[in-house]
This record gives sequence, C-alpha cells and structure tokens, in this order.
Amino acid sequence: MHLMYFTEQPMSAYDEKAGLEYGATALTFSNKHFDPVEGSRLYNEFLEQYLKVEEVGIDGIMLNEHHNAPFCMQAKTNMFAAILAAVTKKVKIVILGNPLPLAENPIRLAEELAMIDMISKGRLVSGFVRGGGQEQLSAGVNPAFNRERFVEAHDLVVKAWTQPGPFRHEGTHYQHRVVNPWAVPLQKPYPRVWIPGVISKETVIWTAQQRYPYIALNTSIEDTKKIWALYDQTAAECGYESGPENRGYLARIHVADDEATAVKNAREFTWMQGEFTGLAHPVWANPAGYFSPSSRRSFVEFAVGRSQNPRGAMSFEQQLESGMIMAGTPKQVLPRIRHLLEETRPGIMAVWAQDGKVSQKDSLRCIELLGTEVFPQVREWSKELGLNSPFEADAPVHLNYSKDLKKKPVAAE
Amino acid sequence: MASAKGWAEDTIEVSGARIFLRRAGTGSPVVILHHDIGTLDNLDFYDELAKSHEVIVPHFPGWGKSPRLEWMRHPRDVAVLMQGLKSGLGLAQCALVGLGFGGWVAGEMATMAPREVSKLVLVGPMGIKPPEGYILDQAIISYIDYPQAFFHERKSFEKLYGNVTTDQLEAWDIAREMSFRIAWKPYMYSQQLPHLLGVVKAPALIVWGDDNKVVPLSAAHAYKKALPNARLEIVKGSGHAVEMEKPTELAKLVIPFLATK
Repeated sequence: MHLMYFTEQPMSAYDEKAGLEYGATALTFSNKHFDPVEGSRLYNEFLEQYLKVEEVGIDGIMLNEHHNAPFCMQAKTNMFAAILAAVTKKVKIVILGNPLPLAENPIRLAEELAMIDMISKGRLVSGFVRGGGQEQLSAGVNPAFNRERFVEAHDLVVKAWTQPGPFRHEGTHYQHRVVNPWAVPLQKPYPRVWIPGVISKETVIWTAQQRYPYIALNTSIEDTKKIWALYDQTAAECGYESGPENRGYLARIHVADDEATAVKNAREFTWMQGEFTGLAHPVWANPAGYFSPSSRRSFVEFAVGRSQNPRGAMSFEQQLESGMIMAGTPKQVLPRIRHLLEETRPGIMAVWAQDGKVSQKDSLRCIELLGTEVFPQVREWSKELGLNSPFEADAPVHLNYSKDLKKKPVAAE
Repeated sequence: MASAKGWAEDTIEVSGARIFLRRAGTGSPVVILHHDIGTLDNLDFYDELAKSHEVIVPHFPGWGKSPRLEWMRHPRDVAVLMQGLKSGLGLAQCALVGLGFGGWVAGEMATMAPREVSKLVLVGPMGIKPPEGYILDQAIISYIDYPQAFFHERKSFEKLYGNVTTDQLEAWDIAREMSFRIAWKPYMYSQQLPHLLGVVKAPALIVWGDDNKVVPLSAAHAYKKALPNARLEIVKGSGHAVEMEKPTELAKLVIPFLATK
C-alpha cells in the first residue's frame, strides 16, 4: 500500500460573502478578492504541512493544480513539486497531475519533470490530467481538442523521456523542429505515471490500455467498483490481469483527538458551497466538446437547469453517513477505511485530510494522527488483504514494459 | 408573410463533404449562410426571398444535417466548401446573404472569388475584430442564454423557438462545439479578413440591428471601411438576428438591393 497526503491548498482567506453575492466562486470571480499577504501565509503553512507528512513517515505527497478559483491555490503543480524535491528526503512526490492539454509546449513539461525527478533523486510520480473544463477557458485552450491534445502530449513527453534526441515531431496539435531536451528523468524507463479521474469512461479505458494506475477521486464505492470493472475488462483485452497495483483511491478523511473537533473540521470539506470546485456555471465546467458525446443529452438538460447534476448533490450529513467523508478519532475512522479497502481493493490511497478554514494547528495534528495512528493499521490490513502498491508489486511502468502479457486471442476468420 | 411553397431538400458531395441544403423559389440565385447556432428550417425571411429568387440554404459541415469533418480548423475551410457547393450546383455568379457567423463565411467566400459574387449582404457579420467591444463569447454562457441574446425582445425568441426542446439544446451544443473547433482563437474573427476584403468590388449591403448584443456596431463600421462598395443600414428594434426578429424590414432592404444593377 502506498499512502499519501493531499490538500487542495484552499485559499481559505478569500471573502466568502463576496463570492455568494457574485453567485460564482470560480473562473470570473474577481481576483481582487485574493489577498497576497494571506496567500503568503497559506503557501508557507502548506509547506509546513508537507514537511510534517515526511516527519511522520507518510509515503507520499499528492499535488495538483487549478486556476482562477479560491478552492485551490496551486497554479503550477511543478512549483511545489520542485520545492519538495529539494526540502524533503524520502516522500514520493506524486503529481496528480499536470494538465497536459493546457501545455502549448509539452517538451517544456518533460524538462521540468525530468529536473524534479533528478533533484528529488528519483522520487517523482508524474500523473497527468485533462484539466478541468474551467481550466480550458482560463488558459484559452480549445476544449474541443482536449482529449486529442492529452494523448498527443502524453506520447510526446514519454518519447522525449525515453528516446535519444534530436528528433522532430509533426503531430496534429504539436509541432517541434528539434526535440532534444538536456534534462531526462533519473528513473528508468521513466517515472511512474498515474492518472486521476472521476468516472470518465474514455479516461479509464485509455489508462488501462497504458497499464497506468487509475486514481479514483473520491467516487462512491458503487461507482468505484464500476470503474474497476471497466479497467479490469480493458486490462484483460490488453493481455494482463489488473490488481490493487492498478488501483488508487482519494478519500476525504479528517481525524482529530475528539469526534466533535473532527466533525466540525470535516464540515469544511463542503466549504465551497458543496461543490469541490466552487459555485460555477455548468457550461464552465463542461465546455462544448470537452465532455463525452455520450453524455451530451443529459448534460445540456442539466446546464439549462432542467435536471439535477448527474453527479448528484449530497448534504454534509449524507456524505458523512455514506462514508464519502470520514471524520472522527483514528479509532472511529479505521473501520470505515477497512470497509473501503475490502470493497474496492486499492494499492494506492491518498487522504485529502482537510479543506477550507481548518486551522494550521488542527491540520498538523491531523497529519500526525494519520501518520502515527491511522496509516500503521492501514498498512497491516493492506498486507493481510494483499493490497500491493505498484512499487511493492514491481509493476511495469507502462504496458510496453510488461513481461507477463498473455497472447491476445485471435478473432476467428 | 405568405409562405412560398416547395422547399426541397438535397445533399451535395463536395470534396469528401456531404452538404445538406434546402432550396426553394426561382429567379436569380441567392445562397444564405447561417449563424453559428445553425438555422431553423423555416423562416419568413427565407420565404419572402424565395418569392423572387432561387434561395439555397446549406448547412455547414458539422451543423444541422451536414456531417462533421474532423479536419476543419477555420471558417475559411467552410468558405472553400461553400464555393465548391456553388460549383456543384452550377451557380456561376450569385448573391450571398451571410447571417452573423455566416457573414464571416460569406466575406471569406467573396475574397476567394470576387467576380462570382453579384451582391453581398452581411447581417451582423462576425469575422472582423470589433474596434470597440467584443463579440459575445458563447463559451461562458448557457445554451439558451446565447440564442436569446440574438434578439432585442424575448418574445421574438419565444415566437420562433417556443419551449426549447432537448433536441434543440443538443443541436446548439453540437453547433457550439463546431464553433470552438474552427473559431476558438482568436474568437470569432480573422486578423487577415479586413485586409483581404478590398478585393471585393461587388455592391455590399451591411445590416445591423440597433440592439445587437452579439457583435458590436463598431464591427459594422469596420466592414464598411474594408469593403470598397458597401452601405450600412441599421434596423430599429432588432437584435443580432435581424432575419428572425425583423424579417419584413430586412426583406424590404435586401430584395430591392438584389434587384439593382
């Protein structure tokens, strides 16, 4: 089991009232409500949290990025990854991930990531994402080509990492005269790539085809099982058997010394008016061409207010009841985690430990409790349940490096 | 307005594209180029034109009933295919009526083959960067809010679209995706077009609704400046889609303009 700490890096000092009055807390919600004095304090608090993570023996730190919104302060995930490469010694630096389609020059990303891998002495896990819908709008990148750009940029980054330059790239969305970066990753054949997602079928299938672990972002147990069924089926079609080493899960878990504090702090998981990414117009999150054509019909009805969000909208109490949010003392949350492990069998688990306005003192205490009281038990259970991480299973970095592929059945003529 | 009978449908192959069109009427031919939201099948303005002209209303590839072409990247690609469609229909010289986004396509067509355009009618055309203001960005507003913004009055929208069906919403999303695929950046204009329009010597009529919330009036003046032989008419009480909101007034401007020698 690989256990990680995650925070969205919330800009908790923004003016909540201004957001409610404006009716949106994303994309066009003015950055005049961003206070750099508070920003400076918060960035340094997050750094202190990450150092605590290493101190208490947690395996990894999960990082991400978002834009134009208070729910996440990190505008460039490689920035904190670079800082952590220098100031930590043992933790894996798990970027989940760099939004590939937003890159106008994927080679620059390949270089940055190679630098992080070398500076950290091979501790980088380089996840990739499509970027949220709003990110396409804030970056001015065409949402209609999001998936095509994701795949082309990925293939180009991997090629730059694994094939000696110089070479030329003449693709559909990217053209490069001379690909020849003088920075290549320390890890061979290349750093592990994990792909986070919510439930997009196309992404699950693509990820399984690469044999990359898929990290389910706080999906319900029922939906998580559907993801694994699709992943397993695709894996079988590709000639390998998938297992816990292919499965990751991001859970929202806040622990404290007493239940009342834990529940009070856990309520902050819904600080963005119940939405992960804040109040926003549906078409910002799903600009035309960005989402799967198969969901077009249900989405357009939702976007004009004719139907409920297909993802559903649960109250804090309902989320606590269903286990979508776990809160309590370590002893109280452990059975819930055990249930999750048994039901979904991940080999990678990230804990999104707090959000919103949780104090730095409580955040650090939560990290301490996770590292010393929760995760040791989770590790024991993972051994018992055979939940091996990709590192423990020595899983191939990519399908192309597999040595155990079953010959694909040949279709009868 | 009395409805001209006999709208027929057809599909023409052009360079690998299957272009759907509706046509009616007889007389000198007029090709109508539709908005970025596509077009309704029946409009009073189309009927009125068809009383004295052969009117052809194609669907751009990816809009309405014309299948998408994955490779298209610019409205100029649409313009070339529309030129091909004209050839396929055996139309040597004809008039073009471009509506909004279709006005951009019409402008591009005119620059490609200036002598094939007898008259150019541009109704609230996109395609030139407005010297003041911006073209309304559909990327950040809802599927219904955007078409509603085409009208001066809500009731004009409701008269045509009624209670918008889910089929219509889906069609607008598909149209929006096509707009992104070919006109995402710069959004809804060409930096070259204003410099190329000087080759178009044909008489041009630019029509603008006085309450156009989609393309600022400053773009009308930019078009007038770029086209050597253009005049500008403002229609009162109309939004962007003059042909839908004020069909009679538009027909009264367009039909005599097309009749002049």
